[in-house]
Amino acid sequence: MSQDYVLEMRNIVKEFPGVKALKGVDLKVRPGTVHTLMGENGAGKSTLMKCLIGMYKPTSGQIVYDGKEVSFNNTLSAMNAGISMIHQELSPVPERTVCDNVWLGRYPTKGLVIDKQKMRKDCSALFEKLGLDLDPDEKMGNLTVAKMQMVEIAKAVSYDTKVVVMDEPTSALTESEVEYLFNLIDDLKAKNVAIIYISHKMDEIFRISDDITIYRDGEYIATDRVENLNIDKVISLMVGREMGALFPKVECPIGDVVLKVEDLSSGRAVKSVSFELHRGEILGFAGLVGAGRTETVEALFGIRPKTGGKIYKDGMELKIKSPEEAIKHGIGLLTEDRRGNGIVGLLSVRENAILANLKAYGFVLKHAKIRKDAEEYVEKLNVKTPSLDAQIQNLSGGNQQKVLVARWLLTNPDVLIVDEPTRGIDVGAKAEIHALLTKLAGEGKAIIMISSELPEVLGMADRILVMHEGKMTGILGREEASQELIMKYATGDSKNAEVAQ
Amino acid sequence: MKTSKMDWKKFMSQNSIWGVLIILVVLLSVARPAFLSSANLKGLLEGESIKGIMAFGVMWAILAKGIDLGLGAVAALVSVIVASLVQPAELATRLFPGGTQLPAGVAIILGLLIGALIGLVVGAVIAYTHIPPFIATLGSQLICRALSKIYSTAPVSNLPEGYRWIAKGKLFGFIPMIVVIFIIMFIVSAFLLTQTRFGKNIYAIGGNDQAARVAGINVEKNLIMVYVWCSVCAALGGILLAARTGSSDPSTSGLNYELDAIAAATVGGTSHTGGICRVSGVLCGILILGVINNGLVMLGVNDNMTNIIKGLIIVGAVAFDMRKNTRKV
Repeated sequence: MSQDYVLEMRNIVKEFPGVKALKGVDLKVRPGTVHTLMGENGAGKSTLMKCLIGMYKPTSGQIVYDGKEVSFNNTLSAMNAGISMIHQELSPVPERTVCDNVWLGRYPTKGLVIDKQKMRKDCSALFEKLGLDLDPDEKMGNLTVAKMQMVEIAKAVSYDTKVVVMDEPTSALTESEVEYLFNLIDDLKAKNVAIIYISHKMDEIFRISDDITIYRDGEYIATDRVENLNIDKVISLMVGREMGALFPKVECPIGDVVLKVEDLSSGRAVKSVSFELHRGEILGFAGLVGAGRTETVEALFGIRPKTGGKIYKDGMELKIKSPEEAIKHGIGLLTEDRRGNGIVGLLSVRENAILANLKAYGFVLKHAKIRKDAEEYVEKLNVKTPSLDAQIQNLSGGNQQKVLVARWLLTNPDVLIVDEPTRGIDVGAKAEIHALLTKLAGEGKAIIMISSELPEVLGMADRILVMHEGKMTGILGREEASQELIMKYATGDSKNAEVAQ
Repeated sequence: MKTSKMDWKKFMSQNSIWGVLIILVVLLSVARPAFLSSANLKGLLEGESIKGIMAFGVMWAILAKGIDLGLGAVAALVSVIVASLVQPAELATRLFPGGTQLPAGVAIILGLLIGALIGLVVGAVIAYTHIPPFIATLGSQLICRALSKIYSTAPVSNLPEGYRWIAKGKLFGFIPMIVVIFIIMFIVSAFLLTQTRFGKNIYAIGGNDQAARVAGINVEKNLIMVYVWCSVCAALGGILLAARTGSSDPSTSGLNYELDAIAAATVGGTSHTGGICRVSGVLCGILILGVINNGLVMLGVNDNMTNIIKGLIIVGAVAFDMRKNTRKV
């Protein structure tokens, strides 16, 4: 019977001190299929996968793989058995070559020395088998995120893998790279490899999945073939409640120009970008990954040196050389890299919430006011946390993001820049953040929203600025904008428009 | 709500180190009842005060994901300079014969300023060049030690009682001044760390310097202040060292003190990956190392054995702490 499934996880329970993360969940994966795990953040998908690959030891439960009951003590033994995981955040060794990264930790040897020739040959053969256009001698650090991911997948396949877990693999990919990944997934399926796929993106899930399993709050909810499901059904199973609209955009009056940017440049990344931003407006920034959108706002915010251009706020020219100065002038930036330069993981929710506003509490801190402010915003933004003193790293991504939004709202900015505000967070938190952005615009704040998800830009923005290779290629009004038109500008060439589709 | 239970657990895990101290004290006082005599305890505290003050300095550097290896050498340089300034004018063996003898207070303030200046330079180098603090302060250690030996080739001694009062004087007739200063430094450090913006800034920088920068914290300025504070603590240590012993030897004063200070801060739970530090923990770390030093001497354990035990305790404490900090949901 178990031959129907390459992998069965039965009644898995995982307890952490004080938390029952998994309350007896199941998963059955058929060989050669894409099996998608869905659930809000904190539903237990990642924990379940970590139990599978030996990063965590399940408190109880049974894992049957390839007809035998297994229990892995570490990821290496899982990989040797044929189960690998491509993590959302890749961990390559950037200073070594692609080839070194593939064979890391299991270099083929000839006597005592590493057999470099065999390593290179096998690596090239592997890439060829998968149809990957990668140079084994390239330094890993020079690759794009998409290419690094390809290397990781190649590495997983090289272990004679039967099951590959992919955690949000498309979150950092452009549309064309996503296509490439999906082709690769199809190839793997054809080789009878099962893919366990974790994602929040509905469109891609319905495109590539065969089966979908849904979890909620550490409990198993349902498994079904994709034909029997639709988006609404999946969402209602995931959240277990009725949800508001995903893009609750409210048209609000557009006011005066608050920010004017003229010919902003920063090295090769940003080339002469100009725009005006009005009160009450959400200006979307669209473009492919690497188009220079993040770099533009970083230059604006003083994180990245400017090599040219002028910035005016309320008609006054600003000289911004550091985030400190930008904040002083009423600008806030919710960065794209939540863990890299957003949260301070070790600090509490309260300390993270007030971090950008520390100067308001005096040199000798007014603790009572800090507590009151943090409490107010944690409540206002509906942050789910056991207490204000909980370490922020223990919160789910969506709740971390809400704390960071609170951080910027506390500084009461006139201009709020949000860079990929909903990346990697679940659909419920997403809708809440969208509602919040609309509300802020309604209160007269000016908002710049960078997003790689076109439906998000189209659903939320009043105008959309499109970038391509550091240059601004167009500004579209809400009425005229469409996915096709944006892609046309984003690829910098109308010919490419249909390729990226 | 379940928070009270959680807080209790957290309290226990954060303060388990005090349990270690209590166990050590109980064991030692059973084995050697003289351990608990007031004379012994007073001696213990006096002995640990200088390294303790340095630990209250270096914990800031460690909190900010750095280190300061220059503390002992800064202490030596400041102590030899201050000692030479307060030597009695009529002393025949004076380092600068015929020079003016400065009042103790003026010399001390001068010494602290020299410490601050060294910290300013070291901090600026670290903050603006991004040289790893380990390397930058290894350099400052070599330079400061050499400078103090250039300043005086021989020990500077015969320091006046007026100056030595700062270490040897007694508050209320029985608390040694050096211990009083140690306690004051504990309070000042705790205040700066928990009650001021400076403290919060350093926690944020140590936890995630990129996030701190984006949140508008001037990372460079704050890092410089950390190393200024470190060096001022070292300078104070050097001043007390000269006052306590009545002389300053440029080649041995404060030698390896930075290592003891780092050990105390580390045993006290300050994380070398940055962002974690509690002043009460560091205080406990200082006391634990002091009790071990003192206790092992009383038990007649020789020097080498003492160092082996200290080494094991330091490594063990960090291993325990790592386990605690990596066990996350």
